[in-house]
Amino acid sequence: MADQPNGPVTVPAQAGHMLERARWAARAFASYSHGDVERIVRAVADVAHAHAEKYAEWAVRETGFGVVEHKVRKNRACSRGLLDTYAGQDFVTPRVRIDDKIVEVPRAAGVVLALTPSTNPVATVFFKVILALMTRNAVVVSPHPMARECCHDAAQLLARAAVEAGAPDGIVQSVAEPTIPLVEALMGDARTNVILATGGTGVVRAAYGSGNPAIGVGPGNVPVLVDSTADIRTTAQRLVESKAFDNSVLCTNESVLIVEEAVADKLVREMERVGAAVLGADDAQRLRDFMFPVGRLNVDVVGRDASWIAQQAGIRVGPRTKVLVAPFDVAVPEEPLTHEKLSPVLGMIRVPDAATGIATARAIVRIAGAGHSAAIHSSDPATVMRYAADVPVLRVSVNVGNSTGSSGLDTNLAPTMTIGTGFVGRSALGENLQPKHLVNWTRIAYNSDPAEAMPAYAGLSPWHDHRDPVPSYPLASNDDRAPRQAPSNVDALIDRIGARTASNGSSADDAAFREQVRRLVVEELSHLIKG
Amino acid sequence: MHDYDAFNFDSKAEMLEKSAHYWNPDKTKFWSDSGIDLVIDRREGYLLWDMDGRRLIDVHLNGGTYNLGHRNPEVVAAVKKAMDRFDVGNHHFPSLGRTALAEALVESAPAGLTKVAYASGGGEAIDIALKSARHAMQKRKIVSIVKAYHGHTGLAVATGDDRFSKLFLSDRPEEFPQVPFNDLPAMEQALKGRDVAAVIMETIPATYGFPLPNPGYLEAVKALCEKYDALYIADEVQTGLMRTGELWGITKHGIEPDILVSGKGLSGGIYPIAAVLLSERAGAWLREDGFGHISTFGGAELGCVAALKTLEISRRPEVRSMVHYIADLVGSGLRQVQAQHPDWFVGIRQNGVVLGLEFAHPEGAKYVMRELYKLGVWAIFSTLDPRVLQYKPGILMTPDLVEELLDRTALAISRAAADPAVSRRKAS
Repeated sequence: MADQPNGPVTVPAQAGHMLERARWAARAFASYSHGDVERIVRAVADVAHAHAEKYAEWAVRETGFGVVEHKVRKNRACSRGLLDTYAGQDFVTPRVRIDDKIVEVPRAAGVVLALTPSTNPVATVFFKVILALMTRNAVVVSPHPMARECCHDAAQLLARAAVEAGAPDGIVQSVAEPTIPLVEALMGDARTNVILATGGTGVVRAAYGSGNPAIGVGPGNVPVLVDSTADIRTTAQRLVESKAFDNSVLCTNESVLIVEEAVADKLVREMERVGAAVLGADDAQRLRDFMFPVGRLNVDVVGRDASWIAQQAGIRVGPRTKVLVAPFDVAVPEEPLTHEKLSPVLGMIRVPDAATGIATARAIVRIAGAGHSAAIHSSDPATVMRYAADVPVLRVSVNVGNSTGSSGLDTNLAPTMTIGTGFVGRSALGENLQPKHLVNWTRIAYNSDPAEAMPAYAGLSPWHDHRDPVPSYPLASNDDRAPRQAPSNVDALIDRIGARTASNGSSADDAAFREQVRRLVVEELSHLIKG
Repeated sequence: MHDYDAFNFDSKAEMLEKSAHYWNPDKTKFWSDSGIDLVIDRREGYLLWDMDGRRLIDVHLNGGTYNLGHRNPEVVAAVKKAMDRFDVGNHHFPSLGRTALAEALVESAPAGLTKVAYASGGGEAIDIALKSARHAMQKRKIVSIVKAYHGHTGLAVATGDDRFSKLFLSDRPEEFPQVPFNDLPAMEQALKGRDVAAVIMETIPATYGFPLPNPGYLEAVKALCEKYDALYIADEVQTGLMRTGELWGITKHGIEPDILVSGKGLSGGIYPIAAVLLSERAGAWLREDGFGHISTFGGAELGCVAALKTLEISRRPEVRSMVHYIADLVGSGLRQVQAQHPDWFVGIRQNGVVLGLEFAHPEGAKYVMRELYKLGVWAIFSTLDPRVLQYKPGILMTPDLVEELLDRTALAISRAAADPAVSRRKAS
């Protein structure tokens, strides 16, 4: 029986002490007031926002993935954007439900282990750190090794901002040298309270296999259906922009375009007009050969721009091409273009009618991306409803680019960098990850018998404001600045008397005087008690 | 039957009988008489188990020896691995382990300390410090504090309480004058003949119950040393290695000592080692006659590996932060207990996780120690001031264990307050 939480303590050396420090920080943070939390979250969001460009540029440079301006947008959305989204929401103050005779007291998870991906690196660091802080959790960021430097640096920046705003020391930490064995140990360690796993399937499955509570999300493979009722011109614009967003490195970027035959030619024309290159059969085959040389995705293409990919594949396209569209005929797993591409390459299949389109979307999601997202461009609610019911995904974005639609940047879904894929996608989370997922509530429940009244709870809060650094610096206890015992009544009395006499005495006289008064008062009190 | 592989005992009673018979009759009896029937068996982290199987939280740590906990897994792993390559080493020659550790120690230490000499324990290290000072200053006198404790070897024992020096006819008051702690005029008086080689000070005198130096006291002593040409020796055996929330307690006073001594915790609790850090001036003999002090086991290379790992762990920013959290929680927790018993629990002396708890009875700490022991906590009274309980939480304690410790401590203190012997003596 070691003096550890119930469960394995698996992380060696310094990283283990990082978890231990996080536990201390979480313990302290758990008593912070709503005002404290607002101040800290604002400070962190502000500093993240102010550095959105720097880290967008750094992330692209370090990983080779994506587009700086799009990463800037996500970094902003995941900093001040989150403040706006959750303005007025409070995950700290107890909630009183008078009619139910229930009072809910929030209880943070504790130590959040935040795994962040290479594709969406710093935005995810911002996102998970701010969510953790909104809910009074400590967070340990474990970046993907490919994005280690920018993520570690960003996490350190947020950590400093948090502590400067009064957060407990160690509230945000990050792993400087992530390795697979270390990350596995962090996930399995009982000092981790919840794992937020965004990344490849391997890491998500490992998170669920760790024995610790985990929120991991599955991969995407987004079908987008354009039916004959869609506004084709606008749709084309939205599709190309969304597909080009961050070089399509996100799990929310469209993967396969399913278009109703009746509007297909028009859509192709409109898409070409705004920067898509729709390939012929020969070029599509060249693209297949380059992108899926042995049936599996060539990772060189991930997050690269369309011109580069075209050039590598031996395809001639215009200089302003943002998206390559590769037509194919049959939506079956052996067709490489039905799989996730993580690059600005969109598979395209024509279908005779909307019903076939819906069945095709089902076929795409059967191959990969269950529980994730699908998009539809349509003005027919019945088709949208049928699509949502039949395609096993948990969000359907309508008449919007899916990359910013499913992630809540251009819809009213919760803005997120972590898309819950639900039971169908082997995840515990079915929604977009948001602060509420990182807090439990202790429910005070009164007897429902009307005869038993629940007293008033309004204004009662178990938390208090924090003004000084936490923990306090360990000054010697005889240092004047060290914390003292709470003043007793006797001290208060002496203070009152002292206030009247202190003006003409030295501090030594004052101390002696106080001691004398103290002795007199104590003596008197003990007489009273004995008498 | 208690089987320990290398040996075994039929029962705890048999073991205690043999302890008295073959080993140390008085010490064995002392603890039995004190109501502490402890024979430490299993040990892990900050927990000990008696031979009976009873669990104790260790806040004695044998003076900080178990600062990193018992059998710290990282230290154990480092030493186990080292045993595939190293042994004690040979003190005659330049040594891999000693050199690596010396570099790490110098790098960690206050400026001005540039050389390291090794000992197999704290007492020997103090002897080296005193010999170094005498050689460098070509003077004999060493000034220490009344009730000081620096160990039991030849010179060290003479700096301490005469209980230990007189027993062995080793008291030498003419060479080892003592002055009261926190008494600057007395210190100046002792130094002003300019015949003193060094002042030796524990940064917080442990065995005396951790009375805290008055603000400015140590700084003033250092200034007096400079004024009267004596060296300042910082005994950091109990206050070093992050126990005050900084690696070396003396740095919290902004003092750059001429000599700094580390021991106990430096071993990681796994392999004995102690070290003396010397300034160029204090370490002059190392350039003149490197064989001047010889110690076969001093700086044993396995000990160097244990110490390197210990130093690395202790210096982690995470660990420093944890120590500040522990100190904060222990301090505020104890102040709450004190508020319940202001007339009994009369003082908290704290610097980081170095604590002395003062009770209003000449032997108050012994009562509290016994109650704590019954309640599963092992803390020891101060030998030279038994009013004061030494209370030394480890630097890697977890939040849960600190909370548990405080719960047990609160109860033990109130039980001791209710002890009829305590109330009787207090009243008289």
